[in-house]
Amino acid sequence: MFSGKVFGALAGAAVLAAAATGAVAQPKDKIKIGFIYVGPVGDHGWSYQHDQGRQAIEKAFPGKVTTTFVESVPEADSERAIEQLARTGHDLIFTTSFGFMEPTLKVARKYPNIKFEHATGFKRAPNLSTYAAKFHEGRYITGIIAGKMTKTNTIGYVGAFPIPEVIAGINAYYLGAQSVNPNVKIKIVFANTWYDPAKEGDAAKALLDQGVDVLAQHTDSPAPIQAAEARGKVGFGQASDMERFAPKAQLTAIVDNWSDYYVSRAKAVLDGTWKSEDTWGGLASNMVVMTPYKNMPDDVKKMAQETEAAIRSGKLNPFKCPVVGQDGKEIECKGQGALSDEQVLGMNFYVKGIEDKIPQ
Amino acid sequence: MRFELTPRTNVNSAMRIAASIAAFITSFLIAGFVIWLMGRSPIAAFDVYVLQPLADPWSLQELVVKATPMALIAIGLSYCFRANLWNIGAEGQYVIGAVLGSWIALRTHGTEAGAWVLPLMLLLGILGGAFYGLIPAFLKTRFGVNEILTSLMLVYVAQLTLDYLVRGPWRDPKGFNFPQSVTFDPAATLPPVFEAGRVHYGAVFALVAILVTAVVLGRTLFGYRLKLTGDAPRAARFAGFSSKATTMAVFAISGGLAGLAGISEVSGQIGQLQPSISPGYGFTAITVAFLGRLNPIGILVASLVVALTFIGGESAQILLKLPLDLTQAFQGILLMCVLAADALVSYRVRLVNRGGGK
Repeated sequence: MFSGKVFGALAGAAVLAAAATGAVAQPKDKIKIGFIYVGPVGDHGWSYQHDQGRQAIEKAFPGKVTTTFVESVPEADSERAIEQLARTGHDLIFTTSFGFMEPTLKVARKYPNIKFEHATGFKRAPNLSTYAAKFHEGRYITGIIAGKMTKTNTIGYVGAFPIPEVIAGINAYYLGAQSVNPNVKIKIVFANTWYDPAKEGDAAKALLDQGVDVLAQHTDSPAPIQAAEARGKVGFGQASDMERFAPKAQLTAIVDNWSDYYVSRAKAVLDGTWKSEDTWGGLASNMVVMTPYKNMPDDVKKMAQETEAAIRSGKLNPFKCPVVGQDGKEIECKGQGALSDEQVLGMNFYVKGIEDKIPQ
Repeated sequence: MRFELTPRTNVNSAMRIAASIAAFITSFLIAGFVIWLMGRSPIAAFDVYVLQPLADPWSLQELVVKATPMALIAIGLSYCFRANLWNIGAEGQYVIGAVLGSWIALRTHGTEAGAWVLPLMLLLGILGGAFYGLIPAFLKTRFGVNEILTSLMLVYVAQLTLDYLVRGPWRDPKGFNFPQSVTFDPAATLPPVFEAGRVHYGAVFALVAILVTAVVLGRTLFGYRLKLTGDAPRAARFAGFSSKATTMAVFAISGGLAGLAGISEVSGQIGQLQPSISPGYGFTAITVAFLGRLNPIGILVASLVVALTFIGGESAQILLKLPLDLTQAFQGILLMCVLAADALVSYRVRLVNRGGGK
């Protein structure tokens, strides 16, 4: 159901072999599941969606599973919160931000009988799985819509941090736009935060002031799309459906749907079949979901739906080769007809046509 | 009608301690009332929040780990605040100390470098923080620039410098381009005080700093000079104390201790450089310094109390499903109550009728 071992080939000293599973697990009647969130559950973005997944578990196994969460845990000070969950009888613990990687690994080594799941990282252990989603698939679709919708031929992107996941999103968005509109330009601002409505809003306004008329965001609050709505421009919801914040501006939203995955992992612990794995799900496995396409002409809507279907069926890969870098040189194609998973997960270059430089 | 505050003349230390205790009790009552309004048991909350962390060896250890950076920074800040100098930038001094100290850790990574690595890291941590603290001090003494603004603004410069380094030159080449350095070698790791524990030697540094400060403030000319500069700057000048020298000295001390806190935290707790290495310790330490009334022992107690509110807050989220906002509100209530109690014990409040006029 979910795509395979992303970093399997890269198993280095730090990456523990995923295959060697821990002690034989026993089925359980009742389990406790804990979550560590990097932001507040009310961010309406990243942490909010993880919390939706937590609630889905509670609904799926009434009476069998109880859940707990700790919100707004600072990454540099997370080890204690994770260990506190481990010490208070939790059987399965999800740590839902990249920065929790080292602390999760440390605590997982200390508590070999508890299962851990770390989102968006790459270090695994016999009792530590990793999982992430191919958001760039959704970004490519939004790029196509943006390329069609822009009148100024200038589209914008509010990024959080210049890390590979965000860079890959920007590239997929721009490649999508370029595929339907060769003259399109992109302007990018990094807000240097995942969640700070004021900063995100300012970044969005700066872009709108520069003639951007379609705005994408890779930060978690609805502030950027609200800024677009206020100026009569359009954009895309991030992580959750943001239609209620911007009913006229939201063209579609790329929703992180962790619910199916979380329910399946909870079930695995209940059944005693949990194994350390790496999961990278996309549109096909419903980990990435597009909300209904709205506020756009029918032909654009049709194009978006077709693109979504093509990616879902595997016919289209946003990073199909050849991918050309900013310097005009072709990027070595290490996957089959497209960039390899490793290349996407470690992406550190902009594609041709993007004029900005990646901040270093 | 208006309120008038008149200073009390006969305030002794017993009254001040009683006021602190009253402040604690009041803040617990207010928080308990809020919890009751939320339909939860205030007694269960008090148990989870305060009693359980204090009864469990694991959380006692975590308490010390959490209190360590705050105590180190706050004790340094007490030098500045006593002299009426407002160093708001300890967060930046913490970061620069961590960066400069980590430079040695990264340079020696993967080499056979020996026992000199750690002492040099700590020394550079102190020097880095002290140097960074001296910038606002220099700008104030030389050009009369307000130190509140410069020290605060320099926090962002420090954070962005760290951000640049971990995304660029110091990024772990095997880290899939994620912004973080390599994890430090054992030679560059501040060891735990007890085998396999989490309390690192930073806690010892904090204790030493507190004891030394108690002696310096209570028994040396320098301590007297700080007090005089803060309470009666004109008198200090007449006494021949240079306010410029005092400014430079206290900023260097508080910056150095913040830098030591930074390198201790990175090398003893986090184990690598990341874009964020502090959940705001430099700012929380300002609260700690005032909660402790700028008194060394008070700061020791205050750092543990504030650490307790963090750890109790996490336990309350896990065990009682109380929201994080409550923890943050409680920290605010506690500070308000302590400051209010301090004011009420130092001043008499009278309601007076405005005489004369209309």
